[in-house]
Amino acid sequence: MLGRIYHLLLKEFLQLRRDRSARFRLLVPPIIQMLLFGYAATFEVFNVATVILDQDHSQESRALVADFVHSSRFKLIAVATERRQVQDAVESSSAQVGVVVPQGFAELLRKGHAASLQVLLDGTNSNTALIALGYVGQICANFGQTYALDLAQRTGRALGRPLVHVQMQERYWYNPNLNSRWFFIPGLIGTLTLITIVNLTAFAIVREREVGTLEQILVTPIQPIEFIIGKTLPFFLIGLFEVAIVAVFGMLWFDVPFKGNPLVLMLGTSLFLLSTLAIGLLISTVCKTQQQAFSSNFFVLNPMFILSGFSFPITSMPDALQWLTYLDPLRYFLIIIRATYLKGVGLDVLWPQMAGLATLSLALFALAVLRLHKSLD
Amino acid sequence: MKWRRVKAIMIKESLQIVRDPRSLMIALLIPLLQMFLLGYGISLDVKQIPLCAFDREGSQASQDLLRRFSASPYFSLQGQATSYAEVDRSLDNGRCSVAIVIPTGFSKDLNNTGQGVVQALLDATDTNTASLAAGYASAVIASYSAQVQLESIQRRGGSVQTLTPVEVRARVWFNEDLVSRNFIIPGVVALVMAIVGSQLSSLTIAREWERGTMELLVSTPIQPLELMLGKLLPYFLIGMVDACICLALAVFWFEVPFRGTLPALFFTTGLFLTVVLCIGYYVSVSIRSQVGASQVALLLTMLPTTLLSGFSFPIDQMPAAVQAVTYIVSGRYYVTILKALFLKGAPWGELLLPICCLALYAGAMVLLAARAFRKTLD
Repeated sequence: MLGRIYHLLLKEFLQLRRDRSARFRLLVPPIIQMLLFGYAATFEVFNVATVILDQDHSQESRALVADFVHSSRFKLIAVATERRQVQDAVESSSAQVGVVVPQGFAELLRKGHAASLQVLLDGTNSNTALIALGYVGQICANFGQTYALDLAQRTGRALGRPLVHVQMQERYWYNPNLNSRWFFIPGLIGTLTLITIVNLTAFAIVREREVGTLEQILVTPIQPIEFIIGKTLPFFLIGLFEVAIVAVFGMLWFDVPFKGNPLVLMLGTSLFLLSTLAIGLLISTVCKTQQQAFSSNFFVLNPMFILSGFSFPITSMPDALQWLTYLDPLRYFLIIIRATYLKGVGLDVLWPQMAGLATLSLALFALAVLRLHKSLD
Repeated sequence: MKWRRVKAIMIKESLQIVRDPRSLMIALLIPLLQMFLLGYGISLDVKQIPLCAFDREGSQASQDLLRRFSASPYFSLQGQATSYAEVDRSLDNGRCSVAIVIPTGFSKDLNNTGQGVVQALLDATDTNTASLAAGYASAVIASYSAQVQLESIQRRGGSVQTLTPVEVRARVWFNEDLVSRNFIIPGVVALVMAIVGSQLSSLTIAREWERGTMELLVSTPIQPLELMLGKLLPYFLIGMVDACICLALAVFWFEVPFRGTLPALFFTTGLFLTVVLCIGYYVSVSIRSQVGASQVALLLTMLPTTLLSGFSFPIDQMPAAVQAVTYIVSGRYYVTILKALFLKGAPWGELLLPICCLALYAGAMVLLAARAFRKTLD
């Protein structure tokens, strides 16, 4: 039995070695996607194009404007002289934020009243707008706090004692600088592996069927189970290899830290690969041509990608979709890979994900073997 | 060029589409699938962030503060930790994304020195959620802080004038409620066009090669330009139908505002469709297998439209070199136009630049595709 599996394995690797386009598909798209995601995908918000109109021309308003100018979050692109210019800048998208310090700002402050700062935001990209608005709030709160304390001390209105206030001290765990790459690169390893391995497995069998060599294999003394092992083992090994390459690339090129235990990741990867192989096999049982396999892959992989939590938090999805995500092996693997990379946690924490992934993988694999058995007969 | 020959190819190609249910399925299912999945699945709006509290003081003041967190719609209190180890654990296993730690001497410090510090520990593996959560947490704490100030001044008999001297009056334009769906959906339209257009056209010539009908085609009097028009026009129509489906879903199902004009929308959609169809056709001529062609076409159109068009990641936050690259991505212009049409209702004049760029792009791609096909067999 081992001999027959070995020969099928050998054949599969030889085929891959001689198929230039398959090798290309295996290496080039992952690297391109890695570079694209690494450089282009960012949720961070810096240097938001800002236009400021100071209608007050007071010491206070200038101090507040200076706070905006010195913040790395905002980039002053123009100083407006009338309100119309601020609106035009936001309308034409040359600025995303318009800040107007209205006349009488300082006078209100000096009397101890509340003065308002008008902010105009381009909400087209709601996420950037929301984060930018948060930074505007922070700058104003800091400015206001300092000013109020100062005023209280100068006028003695707080009866000689400083005004009380509660401060928040935030600590970002696992990714102290909020570097988006640390979030995307580990996730990308899972996504790329899913796409590559499902494609390879599905195509390997469909191609045999299309070219007509499947019959040839079936007339040999090979058993169905040997056929399945011989067909999937090479892709399992390739999958491990691919994960290793992409992981090392991500760590060396993009400096993503790896805090956890490689063995835990290995275990998770193996379970995950099992489910990707199963999905590939399942697709191969329903498709007759490679073209069909390609479009089926798209229909299966695309939802899996979107529902995995790769870039959009699962908790923000509607309940029905959240339930669906439990059927997505990528969901479990992304939690495992992100946790091992950034949190450095082990099996004591990750066992529910591992158990879920193992159950799902085994069920999918059993289903695939059953169906394949049928389609081979 | 003879219209008769173009028509003949068109009829043949249309029959092929109708009789191959699978390509028709791609054409009609992809828009539905993408719109629903992305419309529902992609949301960056953060609500009900799981929060765990570690109240080391257990005083009136600390409980007041925590009550504010549980009352906020942005947080949902999952439980009280009793030790740092427990806080560690709940962040480690992802049960909570935020932990609020109130130190032992919180209210004493507040009374004596006037300074109270509350710690917020955030799980930053998901950076975007973490930074939004930090913003919401600091707003909750600031409102608590204002309340404490108010009380302390009143106790000392001070006349209360103001506690938060600078207030921000924000007005948001174009997407007034900051709903992320409104910003995602217009981009999805572009994505659907890119996928459908490139997938359908990438098969056209490769199929002739694979099926062996190329000999037949080459022996007819058809000219390359006629062939291209005949092959692509049916798909152009399908693409426009898809555009209508997407538009209807966006406006009526997902209730994304549409403030632009329909002629502008259809004109620019036609231009973008021309670009992706021509890219697919070009790939189909160059790569003679259907699978290879559709894979390369997908890589050339879907990937840049997802990542480099500003569809979900803002272009101005990318490094300068990547920003330069986005100028050669046709999706960039189309997504800009779509967002402006949907949310801003921008007039033609303001969109002149991206429309011109897209038109130039379309012209260049048509030329490239028209010259790609040679009537030879090798």
